[in-house]
Amino acid sequence: MADHRFADVSGIRKALSDAKYLADDGTAGIVYLADRLGKPVLVEGPAGTGKTQLAKSVAEITGARLIRLQCYEGLDESKALYEWNYKKQLLRIQAEGDGSSWSDVEEDLFSEEFLLTRPLLEAIRAEEPVVLLVDEVDRVEVETEALLLEILSEYQVSIPELGTVEARQVPLVFLTSNGTRELSEALKRRCLYLYIDYPDLEREREIVSAKVPGVDENLADQVARIVRSIRQLDLKKDPSVSETLDWARTLVLLGIDQIDAQTATDTVNVLLKYRTDIDKVVKEFADNPAELTDTSA
Amino acid sequence: MTVTAPTVEPSADQPLLDLLSGFISELRNAGLPVSLTENLDAMEAVTHIPLEDREAFKYALGATLVKNHAHWRAFEVVFEVYFSLRGPEYSIVDAGESGDPAADDTDEADMAGDGQAGSGGGGMSALTPEQLAEMLFKALMNGDDAMLRALARQAVMRFAGMEPGRPVGGTYYLYRTLRNLDLDGMLDRLMEAARHEAPNDLTRLEEHLERDEFRDRLDRLKQEIEAEIRRRLVADRGVEAMAKTLRKPLPEDVDFMHASREELANLRKAIYPLTRKLAVRLARKRRHGRKGPLDFRSTMRHSLSYGGVPAEPKFRFPRPAKPEIMVVADISGSVAAFARFTLHLVYAISSQFSKVRSFVFIDGLDEVTGFFEGVEDIGEAVHRVNTEADVVWVDGHSDYGHAFGVFWEKYGKEVGPKTTVLVLGDARNNYHASQSWILKEVQHRARKVFWLNPEPKAYWDTGDSIVGEYGTWCEGVHEVRNLRQLEGFVENLV
Repeated sequence: MADHRFADVSGIRKALSDAKYLADDGTAGIVYLADRLGKPVLVEGPAGTGKTQLAKSVAEITGARLIRLQCYEGLDESKALYEWNYKKQLLRIQAEGDGSSWSDVEEDLFSEEFLLTRPLLEAIRAEEPVVLLVDEVDRVEVETEALLLEILSEYQVSIPELGTVEARQVPLVFLTSNGTRELSEALKRRCLYLYIDYPDLEREREIVSAKVPGVDENLADQVARIVRSIRQLDLKKDPSVSETLDWARTLVLLGIDQIDAQTATDTVNVLLKYRTDIDKVVKEFADNPAELTDTSA
Repeated sequence: MTVTAPTVEPSADQPLLDLLSGFISELRNAGLPVSLTENLDAMEAVTHIPLEDREAFKYALGATLVKNHAHWRAFEVVFEVYFSLRGPEYSIVDAGESGDPAADDTDEADMAGDGQAGSGGGGMSALTPEQLAEMLFKALMNGDDAMLRALARQAVMRFAGMEPGRPVGGTYYLYRTLRNLDLDGMLDRLMEAARHEAPNDLTRLEEHLERDEFRDRLDRLKQEIEAEIRRRLVADRGVEAMAKTLRKPLPEDVDFMHASREELANLRKAIYPLTRKLAVRLARKRRHGRKGPLDFRSTMRHSLSYGGVPAEPKFRFPRPAKPEIMVVADISGSVAAFARFTLHLVYAISSQFSKVRSFVFIDGLDEVTGFFEGVEDIGEAVHRVNTEADVVWVDGHSDYGHAFGVFWEKYGKEVGPKTTVLVLGDARNNYHASQSWILKEVQHRARKVFWLNPEPKAYWDTGDSIVGEYGTWCEGVHEVRNLRQLEGFVENLV
């Protein structure tokens, strides 16, 4: 079992927190399992809770190369898996004199030399350890998902002209999804499932402390508490962790070390991006809401 | 990599394997779709996890078996039931509490700080209710988790009045315990104390923060109490029986008409992602549905690259007609929740319709389209519908006949061949006149009329329900009792 990357769960948690990724128990445990079982991890959760960052951080702590496939509507085989370099193939045909037979040329044309690897194939063929990140997999159509199935369960890619390319090593695979649509059963079945929710108070405080330079304990605590209270309100879009961090940075830059209602409502537009949400928060928290909305207008 | 079958170390883990297969079949009974491969994955996963690490064990099972976050709560409950008796800090201890070293040590250490070490964790049962309340207050004030756990245990022992073998559900005991603890009063007291402690008056922001903090602690206490009750029930009645009584429907299967307050809150949370998913799916379906008519101009333009031969026909972007929707909803008490969710869903995907108009009624009828216009927060608008719409004519009991009469008189002319009419309600007419001829006229003018009934099919046409009579004049009468059915209907509608 020498080829496992991690010795135990607490080791992962430690390494991740050294890389400034503060994982909760579940996250570290599932990364450990992904390594042991050789299974991909499907990470779901609201936007801005560090799903993509998890893959990056794992790549960092294992010293692996991160290969990223950004998904979008209309993604197809030639962008995700491989493509034949037809210009080069044309040149090859033209360079050929009359001498050689067709079968030679044909055999030559469909060799690895003329193959353009795209992220998925690249991850499979890599000699060195890699982490494959398939980002926002919910953006592709259901039919395109099928492209991923072979690689996710068998770690191989079948190319009709070449045969099957098998993985030289089992890469760690992360798929992220914002849950804009239900992923297919087939995909889910092949993955370990991890849901990253908004962090609890304690962890959010730690994240702010770790990620924002120059923030003191007291400010981090206040930021985390206010953000938690804001998430309790019924908003259109709850503040994400990355927005929390932006807010904390803003406060540090402004030289604020004590958040009162006035500063909170003045800077809340860093945290919230919808007019109605901002109004709601101002109404809830300000001492004198009418006056404040007037000045901000 | 090869997946080894779960026959790993069968001899050593036999009891565990048995327990796991029981656990998984209970998950399936609770409605979670667990496939065979996932089952095997779970079995393999636990061989890699040190069994004494309960949290890691739970997450290993969760990651392999639960692939939908909405199912996580159901998973947690089943997990609690099946594995709650494992681990030292979760053992059941009776009266003396002496066999619980882990928890007691921390209790004592913490209480020493409070100057109450004299009584200690072991002597808690000797306290008077007032003292207990006082300790609870202190623990909540200081956010002392270990103490809260001990107190929750004590409260259950004292107030729940659990009797072995009594076939009562956990909620009954929970209710009894909470009633004795008076947590609302506790929250007020805590806020009072916080105000008292603060050097100045609390600003609204601070007040808010304090309140949320205390609420959070109270929630944790409630969870502890619930877990404790569950543990005791399991110990009393055994795992299988307990799992059965605790089984709760998944959010998408919760019946609108009989949802508890907590379930309704969960439903409201579930509807946001649902509408978003539905909107994305519908927009895609629309775009990818089929090709539009031939675009002659574009085809000619592209034929130039083939020397004027139109080798590559081009098609127009498809623009299928969007239906116009009229929602007529009964919002009387029994079906209010259903109407609320349906209105919410219809407006959330209103971009899929050319026009949405909504009417609500009890025995009078009022148009509420205006409430939704230019409003970003649909939930708020729905709330306004319930409080502001003028829907009572005589006595505030459903009268479909009269409501339809008003509808026909005022808005009947506006029903056109593009309009799809949705009627929401249980058709319990309190024995008033049905006036079903109106629906017949409406059907005549409209493109389609659908009736959505939140009652189970078996209850239709019993008592004062006359859905059958109205149904004659509808293209379809659908039973829509939960979000899953509602989602299915709306998707087909578009």
